[in-house]
Amino acid sequence: MEDVSAKFVSQKISRTRWRPLPAAALQPPDVFATGSWDNEDNRISIWSAGDLGNAGLNGEYHGEPHLLCDIQHNGDVMDMQFLDQERIVVASSTGTVTIFRHHQNNQTLSADHRWAKAHYHVDQDTSCGGAACTGVVCNNPEIVTVGEDGRINLFRADQKDAVRTIDNADSSTLHAVTFLRTTEILTVNSIGQLKIWDLRQQRNEPSQIFSLAGDRVPLHCVDRHPNQQHIVATGGQDGMLSIWDIRQGTMPVSLLNAHEAEMWEVHFHPSDPDHLFTCSEDGSLWHWDTSTNVSEKPSFLHQGGRSTAYLSHSTMNQSVVSAWLSNDPTKDRMEITNLIPNQTLSVNSLDVLGPCLVYGTDAEAIYVNRQLFA
Amino acid sequence: LCFPCCTHSPYSQAFLTPSSSRVFVVRRDQDIYIHTLRKLFNESHGIFMGLQRSEEELAGKSRKAQLVQVSKNYRSVIRACMEDMHQAAALKLGPAFLQVSILSAMELIWNLCEILFVEAATAGPLLLRLLDWVRLHVCDVDSMVREVLSSESPSKHKLFWNVVDVFVLQGRMDEARHLLSKEASANPASMNMYKILDDLMKKMPVPSLGNTQTLTELELKWQHWHEECQRYLQDGTFASNPHMESICKILLGDEDAILEKKELMTTWYHFLVTRLLYSHPTVKPMELRFYAQSSMDLFLGGESSPEPLDLILMAAFEFEMHQVIKECSIVLSNWWFVAHLTDLLDHCKLLQSHNLYFGSNMREFLLLEYASGLFSHHSLWQLGVDYFDHCPQFGRVYLELHIERVPLSTEQKALKVLRICEQRQMHEQVRSICKIMAMKALRNNRLGSALSWSIRAKDAAFATLISDRFLKDYCEKGCFSDLDLIDNLGPSMLLSDRLTFLGKYREFHRLYGEKRFAEAARLLLTLMTAHIAPCSFWMTLLTDALPLLEQKEVIFSAEQTYELMRCLEDLTAGNPDKQKFQDDDVETTKVEMLRLALARNLARVIVKEGTVEGS
Repeated sequence: MEDVSAKFVSQKISRTRWRPLPAAALQPPDVFATGSWDNEDNRISIWSAGDLGNAGLNGEYHGEPHLLCDIQHNGDVMDMQFLDQERIVVASSTGTVTIFRHHQNNQTLSADHRWAKAHYHVDQDTSCGGAACTGVVCNNPEIVTVGEDGRINLFRADQKDAVRTIDNADSSTLHAVTFLRTTEILTVNSIGQLKIWDLRQQRNEPSQIFSLAGDRVPLHCVDRHPNQQHIVATGGQDGMLSIWDIRQGTMPVSLLNAHEAEMWEVHFHPSDPDHLFTCSEDGSLWHWDTSTNVSEKPSFLHQGGRSTAYLSHSTMNQSVVSAWLSNDPTKDRMEITNLIPNQTLSVNSLDVLGPCLVYGTDAEAIYVNRQLFA
Repeated sequence: LCFPCCTHSPYSQAFLTPSSSRVFVVRRDQDIYIHTLRKLFNESHGIFMGLQRSEEELAGKSRKAQLVQVSKNYRSVIRACMEDMHQAAALKLGPAFLQVSILSAMELIWNLCEILFVEAATAGPLLLRLLDWVRLHVCDVDSMVREVLSSESPSKHKLFWNVVDVFVLQGRMDEARHLLSKEASANPASMNMYKILDDLMKKMPVPSLGNTQTLTELELKWQHWHEECQRYLQDGTFASNPHMESICKILLGDEDAILEKKELMTTWYHFLVTRLLYSHPTVKPMELRFYAQSSMDLFLGGESSPEPLDLILMAAFEFEMHQVIKECSIVLSNWWFVAHLTDLLDHCKLLQSHNLYFGSNMREFLLLEYASGLFSHHSLWQLGVDYFDHCPQFGRVYLELHIERVPLSTEQKALKVLRICEQRQMHEQVRSICKIMAMKALRNNRLGSALSWSIRAKDAAFATLISDRFLKDYCEKGCFSDLDLIDNLGPSMLLSDRLTFLGKYREFHRLYGEKRFAEAARLLLTLMTAHIAPCSFWMTLLTDALPLLEQKEVIFSAEQTYELMRCLEDLTAGNPDKQKFQDDDVETTKVEMLRLALARNLARVIVKEGTVEGS
């Protein structure tokens, strides 16, 4: 844990995201963005993770993250995703979706484009009619947002109005959205349903609905396996991690009792999907490792995730069926580690890219671990 | 160094601008809004929690070491905050100057309390700790020291002797000797004197941290050394060099000689420690008070009166912990310092005996005040929760009252507040929060959200309300809204009767749509006879039965038809006086049609059942 650098930033962090690396990049990621919440003056900030081994601005050895630039944001930052190297899409609790541009030459941020009433309630009794936009996902240039009003919006980065809006897509709050395929999205809501929407079709109905057996516990986050598109992971209000196979059945394949409180984010590692990360309101961040040969550390990951090299090494050991779907506990050992030794307040967000992990907490601190698999 | 509270009070602003008509935002606790101080609150919260959770079973030395480490952590947090403020001051962001000096004073006081109370240094190590303390905190001379040391030939610098004196006063013998050697090499005439002085300084006995010598041994050695110094002074060895002579006098603990260097010491507590170093190195903790009082009197010399900081330090030297806390509470504008310090002292078991007259003890009182202050902040309220948790007597009550007043602007924030309440079994608050959120959702027509909140609170009454809303919508529009919700209720259907009815009613529609008429009929009947359906809905149900009755194929058995008829009679018989009911054409037509359909069905089914045996 000596490789974790922490920084107290005087704002509660609701989202952290690594800036995506250019396609042929060899070095690990070093720039990330954070969004704050519950402040009178919320901010989007861009940070540099600091160089390992080099003395930074203050002569720090371990490269404490330092602020590059920030900008004021109206409302809590509910969700955030990088659209490309320079632009980041931010969802606000006021129902606004904004694209910010990071100008790297003079290290400033500016608001590029704004969709002001992307999410709203119709009733005039509520404060400004705005409903929080709870989730945003991008696949340049398309942007999909979901909100507390049960609405799904499809935007294009260059167009002023929404390309498509599905009103009342859900009678409850949609908590998160992710792309299943380029034309299909997955949403999760507060009555425990996972829905697939086909954007090619004009009808405003989901093409498939999955739900948990038993209590309809709200689902808060969803992520799809990077390589095997039928494997989906969701996290619920009771801290349970569910793995679904959407090719078959309407119920999850496995339910893993994880956290003691809401699971806020779940992420498959983008280049090494045998690793899954979850963070929760109970203050813990878990690393789920199903790589069958746990002792052999994938050292290839240091060089920016050369997945071809890794596959040739691993096909000898792994069967074709992903370890996530197999429910034979004796055969596959899953190693689960809590990466936070002294947990206090909620870990609201995490992001993982290459060998680097960044997470933010309600204790107003951000943590960067740049040697995740060492 | 410490500033009175009224500069932070909102009232002072009112006096400054009497004639303007403005709205003043009154804030309970001004300090918590200062940006750089937020780090202080967050980091110290982490340390506080660590302390509460640390093992109490560790006894003796290891526990003490643990507590000293906690104290050091707190201090390093204060120092980090001071550094940030310095940087902010450089960038001219915010009222930093005031805060830096206050923080510096806080760290000074805390450090002294750590030495005297937490670590409870004994005679011997006590002096060493006090020396460290002085060296760390009296920094006014640092720039002068740097200037001389970095000059080309330090011994020629006009402030050279001042710096040597500073080193001697702070007991930094090696550094003093090092500088003197430069002087000696530059001035060979005084080589003899230098050698003797250097020797004296080298030989000076100091307390050691380890147990290599007992106090008596030290005292003996020191006595010898003191006499040796005395001899050299009386022999006039240093007569030709007044600087060296004064150094020798200082080594002998001559108060006048030390007092001459007032400007180099800047504070009375520096004077105190220097005095102790050169006259009573084996001072015991309990003896400190006498020396402290006399040092302050001698140093201030009646010219200036003690400032609040001086009084606090004096109270510490006198081991009056409560006085220290009381004075700090009065002077500082925020409860942070006293709350955390008192908590630490309480963990050292130093405050047990003192109970305040209004019931709770001092630690709890201060923590409650501090946490209440946190709750008035839009964001730091989350830290306050943990502080209330560790106030055994009144913490829970305070928390219950405060948590209800946290504004719930988004669902996510409501979820966090709810989780806090659930973890502490605050059922009242859980119910109230869920009701608020469910009502909001209902008003926004988000029936699914409203249902999800009532499920969380296990609020049957609200679930009934939501179901009634669905049913009302159905009656008005003729079809169900939000089918994705009703079709997938699952076990939550059982939360309230009305909800169960809703689910089953929808199932009836589904069965009808799938043309599974017999099952649909059975279900419909169960809904009425098992009294799950609300009375107001019976008419609708009976009307739904009409198409089933009119089918070519006979669906309802004789028994079932009798049941239906009974239901209809119950319904119409229950309202004999209702003029409206009878005058309403639509209603009467419906009833008549039903009666006709039921009669026809009965006829058919009797024939059918009578004809084929047991079918």
